[in-house]
Amino acid sequence: MMPSKGAETDPSNRRNALMKLARLGGLTGLGAATAGLSVWLNARSKHPEENEAASFEPRRNLPPDPNLPEMVIAQGEDPRLLVRKSLEKLGGIRRFVAQGDVILIKPNIGWDRTPEQAANTNPQVVAEMVRLCREVGARKVIVTDVSCNDPRRCFRRSGIAEAASAEGAEVILPEDRYFKRVNLRSLGTWPVLEPILTADKVINIPVAKHHSLPGVTLGMKNWLGIVGGPRVWLHQDIHTSVVDLAEFARPTLTIIDAYRVLMRNGPTGGSLSDVEAKKTLIAGTDPVALDAYAVKTFWNVDPRTLRYLKIAEDRGLGKMNLEQVRLQKVTV
Amino acid sequence: MSQSKLPKLRRLAQIVFLVLFFVHLFNTEFRGSLKAATGDIRLPIPYPAIFLLSDPLVAVCNALGSRALYRGLLWSLTILLPTLFLGRFFCGWICPLGTLHHFFSHLKSEKKRGQRLIESNRYKTWQATKYYILAVLLVSSLFGVLMPGLMDPISLLIRSLTVSVLPGLNLAFNAVLDSLYRTNSGVLGFVAHALQFLLNATLLSYKQPHFRQGFLLGVIFITLLALNLRVTRFWCRALCPLGALLGLASRWSILGMEKCASDCDDCRRCLLHCQGGDDPIPGVPWRKAECHLCFNCVGDCPKTGVRFKFPDTGRAERRSANSNANAGPNANGRPNAVRPYETTLIGPQLQRRKVLASVAAGAALLPMFRSTTAFGVEHSPRLIRPPGSLDEADFLARCIRCGECLKVCPNNALHPALTEAGLEGLWSPVLAPRVGYCEPSCTLCGQVCPTGAIWEITQAEKAWLPAASRPGAKPIRLGTAFYDQGRCLPWSMATECIVCEEWCPTSPKAIYLVTAQVVDTQGKVKQVRQPHVDPNRCVGCGACEFACPVKDRAAVYVTSIGESRSRTHQILLQKA
Repeated sequence: MMPSKGAETDPSNRRNALMKLARLGGLTGLGAATAGLSVWLNARSKHPEENEAASFEPRRNLPPDPNLPEMVIAQGEDPRLLVRKSLEKLGGIRRFVAQGDVILIKPNIGWDRTPEQAANTNPQVVAEMVRLCREVGARKVIVTDVSCNDPRRCFRRSGIAEAASAEGAEVILPEDRYFKRVNLRSLGTWPVLEPILTADKVINIPVAKHHSLPGVTLGMKNWLGIVGGPRVWLHQDIHTSVVDLAEFARPTLTIIDAYRVLMRNGPTGGSLSDVEAKKTLIAGTDPVALDAYAVKTFWNVDPRTLRYLKIAEDRGLGKMNLEQVRLQKVTV
Repeated sequence: MSQSKLPKLRRLAQIVFLVLFFVHLFNTEFRGSLKAATGDIRLPIPYPAIFLLSDPLVAVCNALGSRALYRGLLWSLTILLPTLFLGRFFCGWICPLGTLHHFFSHLKSEKKRGQRLIESNRYKTWQATKYYILAVLLVSSLFGVLMPGLMDPISLLIRSLTVSVLPGLNLAFNAVLDSLYRTNSGVLGFVAHALQFLLNATLLSYKQPHFRQGFLLGVIFITLLALNLRVTRFWCRALCPLGALLGLASRWSILGMEKCASDCDDCRRCLLHCQGGDDPIPGVPWRKAECHLCFNCVGDCPKTGVRFKFPDTGRAERRSANSNANAGPNANGRPNAVRPYETTLIGPQLQRRKVLASVAAGAALLPMFRSTTAFGVEHSPRLIRPPGSLDEADFLARCIRCGECLKVCPNNALHPALTEAGLEGLWSPVLAPRVGYCEPSCTLCGQVCPTGAIWEITQAEKAWLPAASRPGAKPIRLGTAFYDQGRCLPWSMATECIVCEEWCPTSPKAIYLVTAQVVDTQGKVKQVRQPHVDPNRCVGCGACEFACPVKDRAAVYVTSIGESRSRTHQILLQKA
């Protein structure tokens, strides 16, 4: 369009031209940005991969002391007294727990059962252990388990949550946010309950029960309670899996609660006629020997027929032959 | 107190009852203390279903359907009796769904502005629909088909929140909290912790709930709320059968409206926020059965053109003292003398033809439903009912599909039915073992059921754990487990498993093992233990199906046959 006037329209013409130029520049910028974004997104394109799982260095075993027994069997009426006496004979609680430690106590809180039904650890045994740890100055005592039934019911009906809290333990329900994916080497990657990764010392307090799959569930089988996810798969190779998990856990101390033993129809039980009051505690540092002693004493089964014990012994986790174990019996 | 203050009081009441409703809803869950509990675990508050127990529609239909009034439903008298005197105060002051509708009606909407809003709040003839719906529901209840639950407002609210809204919110909140944790920032982590602490007892569930048909029920609920953007409280005016029932009951109420034509400027502000669509404006009858007693008309009127009178004088139009019926026009130029007309319509204006049609429809429901194969002829194998449930005919005559049992189940085992119970049983509870199994010691569903469709039982009566039962007690059975041997690891894949046997909660276990020789893929002979079910011991809890590693279609599954609530749906010879 020809400008009709002279000087007045010149600046507007210039302004128009500048604006057109700016617009062109803007569009070029937008085009460049779009192209750049697309190229960047395209470069990121790759098949989705699973996140890296954290690795975990297993704890060191407690150094053996030739002057102390490796296993103490205590029998008596009061479960709390049994805990104290057996720890005394093993060298005292200070051998296992130092001041300022974060302790994880791993009882069996797997099933929605009352203490009399003996499907979970005796709450008095757990409570006494918590008390002893707090007495020597442990900074935090955590009590937890990945239950099979609804954890809220299990923690309540077993009596363990109340008894442990009363002694000052931090009772943690297994919620989704507490699980971390960990590379358990031979087992592969599994979601593991976090406290076992961060605790200074781990104390295993299982309850002695019948279980159709491995035959019994004692100390080493209790470690299935620290993993979540589809752990039912572990049933397909239960003996190897139990040893894999025991190798990962490496507790400082194991106390098998045989105060009430679920003799048959385990691991869930439900009938009081399946339970026998053996009023015994088996405490020690050799997890293989402890399981061997328990299966022989209560079910009269030759430990050599329990496949996971053989695998564990071959891997150096302990001794199966009870004659080579320094054991001490005490009646309270 | 001046009547114009009443809307403020009403708003306070609405908020109080809404909060109370949510407190009750959030406590219909197994949460809280970890105190040792060797006996029956009960919910922390008594009457967790108090809103349902006070619901007159639930009570009336329960009475019609079962010719009895279950337990706590006597509470409904606390609403019904005052309604006889005062009118539909429940709708305006108490109903939590009504409050939600009221809130959504208040939102700005293009279609509801100015004159259009005023016009939309006039009485409309489609408001009579809810009475026809009520007629259908009452008649069908009489014959034993309990559809009212689908449309009872409290039942609808609880069901929609339980199945869709709360799980969705729980998911969203957890996702936000997760992302805050994952930033690894101290400040944000602290914020997340604080939020989690605050919401733990309310919005957040211990376990993320998942429900079938969650999306459908959520969409229906949101649609009903969204309708308020077109018409204020559309549900309450057009659809709510409880509102209809209370409307009928309010015909004798002694709280009445009085309009003063001489005081009225015809500004129509009273219609601006009218909730019930009951025509508080002069010149037309006041529809008593529609009024929610929200008192917005009184609050909005700049003069005293409309007032409530208690007790009702029976004369709804008041003339000012010095006016004369035959005098000339009043200050606004309108004739003082009002042509005689009925100033208050105490009941709904129903057409007899439509009422008869509704009654006929209600009566037809039962024969039409029960003459299909869905009821008792082709037994649905997946119709596994909660423990304590009555026989199916009694169950369907009581279940109001409120969703209380769905909410309280700690294992997320109960879900609204789609086809399992036929069309008649839509949204009634069924056990879905793949999602959750029935915990032997738990009796929570019976504790919350307001109508006794799930009769309340104790752990001893359930008798799944011998330690907690009387000796010789026969357990309540939900069904029986069966093996799909082609999918079972030891049966067809030469692999050891028996997770099902481990989880079986009965003692002695209902699953027993038989050692068998199988040949594996290398041709080697190995021994595996193969599981079998003993139908005499199986209680149908579903723990085996839940635990089975073949998760997409379990190798062991529960079907309803063998359920103890049915005399006929059995496999085995029933000895005395």
